Amino acid sequence: MAGRKPKVVGFCCERHGMDAAVLSARSGKEFDASVRLVQVPCTGRVDGMHILKALEDGADCVFVLGCLEKNCYYDTGSIEGRKRVEYVKQMLSEVGVEKERVEMFNSASTNAWMFPEIVSKMVALAKKLGPIGGEKQ
Amino acid sequence: MIVAKRKPLNEIAEMVAPYKRVSVIGCRSCVAICLAGGEKEVKMLVSALKVKNKKEGRDQEFEALVVERQCEKEWVKEVEDKVLGSDITLSMACSLGAQTIGDMYPSHVTFPGLNTGIFGVPEEQGVWSEKCVGCGNCIIHTTGGICPISRCAKSMLNGPCGGSANRKCEVNLDTDCAWSAIYDRLKIQNRLELIEKVTPAKDWSTSHAGGRRTYVREDAKLTPHQKKGKEAIQ
Amino acid sequence: MKAGSNLEKVFESGKFAVTAEIGPPQSANPEPLTHHAKMMKGSADAFNLTDNQTAVVRLSSIASAVIIMREGIEPVIQMTCRDRNRIALQSDLFGAAALGIKNVLCLTGDHQIFGNEKPAKNVFDFDSIVELQVFDQLRREGRQVGGEVVKDPPRTYLGCAENPFATPYEYRVSRLAKKVAAGADFCQTQAIFDMVMFEKFMDEVRSRGLDKKIHILAGVIPMKSAGAARYMKNKVPGMIVPNEIVDRMKNAKDPKEEGIKLCIEQIEHLKTVKGVHGVHIMAVAWEEIVPKIVEMAGLLPRPTFQ
Repeated sequence: MAGRKPKVVGFCCERHGMDAAVLSARSGKEFDASVRLVQVPCTGRVDGMHILKALEDGADCVFVLGCLEKNCYYDTGSIEGRKRVEYVKQMLSEVGVEKERVEMFNSASTNAWMFPEIVSKMVALAKKLGPIGGEKQ
Repeated sequence: MIVAKRKPLNEIAEMVAPYKRVSVIGCRSCVAICLAGGEKEVKMLVSALKVKNKKEGRDQEFEALVVERQCEKEWVKEVEDKVLGSDITLSMACSLGAQTIGDMYPSHVTFPGLNTGIFGVPEEQGVWSEKCVGCGNCIIHTTGGICPISRCAKSMLNGPCGGSANRKCEVNLDTDCAWSAIYDRLKIQNRLELIEKVTPAKDWSTSHAGGRRTYVREDAKLTPHQKKGKEAIQ
Repeated sequence: MKAGSNLEKVFESGKFAVTAEIGPPQSANPEPLTHHAKMMKGSADAFNLTDNQTAVVRLSSIASAVIIMREGIEPVIQMTCRDRNRIALQSDLFGAAALGIKNVLCLTGDHQIFGNEKPAKNVFDFDSIVELQVFDQLRREGRQVGGEVVKDPPRTYLGCAENPFATPYEYRVSRLAKKVAAGADFCQTQAIFDMVMFEKFMDEVRSRGLDKKIHILAGVIPMKSAGAARYMKNKVPGMIVPNEIVDRMKNAKDPKEEGIKLCIEQIEHLKTVKGVHGVHIMAVAWEEIVPKIVEMAGLLPRPTFQ
């Protein structure tokens, strides 16, 4: 594993999700991983295709972070996001890839502690599962 | 419209496994509307197959394509190079699309990526239900506008059978009993006398039972002269 | 006389008729049929042989009929539209008549999803009402549905089934009327547990004069246990079992005895309902109880005719 950092992609909504990330960044927490955040207007805009594409292009794990379901800026956006994540999980299990590689989270923008927790969880998972198809990737 | 459903991914993967270059072709008509084989579904399928291959270390090339209407030769023609440049084509259209490609390029192997199911209508977002089986002899003017051939599990002409409880079908308790619905509809239309009459044996020769059907509209057909003209333009 | 069957003679004589059901075995062994025939002989006027009921593969109803006829009892064969198109239906009607089978009960048939061959392709060229109409035309005019004239048409007594407890309730009598119009001579009903609802059904039958046109056999099922009652109440679509019957079976010290008692009470009640011309006993997997029930219900001896 030496030399290769786990690759995690996070789709964060520009409302609560990204705010939570920014807030936790200010706390100065660092990770031994490559975490790429993609800001999206709303997790309702995250398509299954985006998630699959990230995995296809080398991400070990993908998370989607949206508003709390009862407090979504676009009302039902994060519910839509969760449905997409579930659909991709279903497709992953059909092709025999660990569906845990993809996860949906919800957070309020003021939850500074939550974002590092999510990233830690996904990084740990990425380390445990390794790249899809093994090291050569 | 024609409603189809993607085949399980492992089944698709197994079908295309022996081939190196795979062209996957969707369709922007019915199967796009029912979220089975439009542009997005084609791309997601290809992506999922690539992820699988990545995991299993298999080397395969996929080309994701989509045409306007795969059941029409003119549209398929647009991707002819891609089809013939691949070792196999996986059609993500209904069986009609898959067969159109197959008939156009007989020596090229084309597989179905979808299971084609029903003539259906969207009941609500994400739900489609069957309302016609194409029997070729519509009788819904006598049944309150509700088709018993497709909507009754036994295609009864004089229903409902004795298994109708709470106006639901005994075969699937989530499904409304077609004949209960017909009764209710005729009642509000004051046309209950229709359901009191015995409907005699149905002529099924207009259905698939009569063999493969071809519908022709003579006035729309091209004369040999017109055909020649069209070919000249092309 | 349309067919001259024993069942027809009983109805025509105005006597209260009794029929009982025999389920053919799920094998090629004729022995259970012979056994049931011997045991039930004299207990009923005719014996109903089911046609792959609930879509479970069984010894064919026509073959079963021939086997029980050897024991000197009269069959009623069920013929469903699930497994036969109009060619097979008419052919089997000829065949049954040629073998001496005089009573045929026309049914649409249970959907194959309930049986042991779920991936089967069904037929349903006809439904039971069309089947009745076609068979009636065949016996009256000697003409097939397709128009072919038949030299020696079958002489068959035609039956149907009706369920007063299926929805829409307000349509069930109309449906019986359709079956009468299509040519049914007798009708056996779904098992009756809710007498109030059945009497309401019969009131309407009489008010439309249908009791004069068709012989109604009221269906009864003797129950062995409270579990059976609960099963029929909750799991059989189109069957209504009132709570007090389930409770009565549940609280009984000897559920089997209670089931027999209940069945006899039901028969006694049904005898008093105007327009009911007999009972049809469906002792599914409990055929041996039929002689006892018939005897205790005061329905013996069964009439005989020259």
